[in-house]
Amino acid sequence: MREDATWAAVWPHDFKELALFSLASALLVADGGESGGFHAPSIAEFFPQVILFEGTPFALDRVMLVRIVAATALVLIMVVVARRATLVPGRAQAAVEWLMDFVRKNVAEEVLGKDRARQFTPLLTTLFFAILAFNITGVFIFLNIAGTSRIGLPLLFAVVAYVTYIAAGIQAKGVGGFLKSSLFPPGVPWFMYVLLTPIELLQVFILRPATLAIRLMANMVAGHLMLVLCFSATQFFLLSAGPALKAFSVITLGAGFALTLFEIFVAALQAYIFVILTAVYIDLSVSEEH
Amino acid sequence: MALVNSVALIAAADAVSGNIATVGYGLAVIGPGIGLGILIGKTIEGMARQPEVSGQLRTTMFIGIGFVEVLGLLGLITGFIFS
Repeated sequence: MREDATWAAVWPHDFKELALFSLASALLVADGGESGGFHAPSIAEFFPQVILFEGTPFALDRVMLVRIVAATALVLIMVVVARRATLVPGRAQAAVEWLMDFVRKNVAEEVLGKDRARQFTPLLTTLFFAILAFNITGVFIFLNIAGTSRIGLPLLFAVVAYVTYIAAGIQAKGVGGFLKSSLFPPGVPWFMYVLLTPIELLQVFILRPATLAIRLMANMVAGHLMLVLCFSATQFFLLSAGPALKAFSVITLGAGFALTLFEIFVAALQAYIFVILTAVYIDLSVSEEH
Repeated sequence: MALVNSVALIAAADAVSGNIATVGYGLAVIGPGIGLGILIGKTIEGMARQPEVSGQLRTTMFIGIGFVEVLGLLGLITGFIFS
């Protein structure tokens, strides 16, 4: 332990985090060390310096700014497209209509059925567009961080979904009916309720919203960390590593671009999964017992 | 002698430096990885057998992916929380 302390004093602290790049670190040591200050991304990435209103609940940092930009852009796009809506859609209108149609047909009507979908389509569409807008900022140049990559916003979306499926269940069956159908699933021998009811209680009231929020946030966190890792490794290999390592920068840059494309896909996929799970939860709480 | 010892110490420290939680995430994704493989493979099998229901199969697959994927992501965030 004490040896460790002297070790940390001799070498730059960040050097310890090079476990990911064991090959690179071996070569670096061969190169004579000391040149590198490779900064492996950490969770601090998502808590940048506060710009305005420090110490108040309205503290404004880069993530919040990105959220404001994304929300403004989404509202502007929607208002402009809706104002200019014509019978024969232009390119922007066709794109927006295609997405709205996608949510209505492939999410709401597919899961909830045509009749019930009518009630929930506006909510699901709003959720889908908002999550997509806040996710896609993760790959936008100059924004570079997803608005949903800190737990607050995903939690808000999850609370909206939570309130919706519980309210829908109560509206369809009444409080008692909703609790009975979700806590005591029919078609099970009575003694199984000893096991099933606590699990269902945990599932319906805690795990569903928690996993909705965590899934969205952790996906964006993981994606952002991968991108930062690739591009900071590129910068490190190209500028501060020894000549033997310069070639690695091509690989990491290529991986960074590939991951950027993958992140666009993940942003859309997560928005889709969030709304389809919300629709499934609504369906589970309103559907009649079989 | 002391020099040899410190060289050995440096080599050992270099080999195992870092946090054991890094390994934990690797272990945590094995299960969901296998799960996703089975899930998607079976869906493809079903689609090949009955192309006419592929839309429904795809929807169900994505719902399942949502459930499986969150397990791997829990491994990721616990790595950060308890590090």
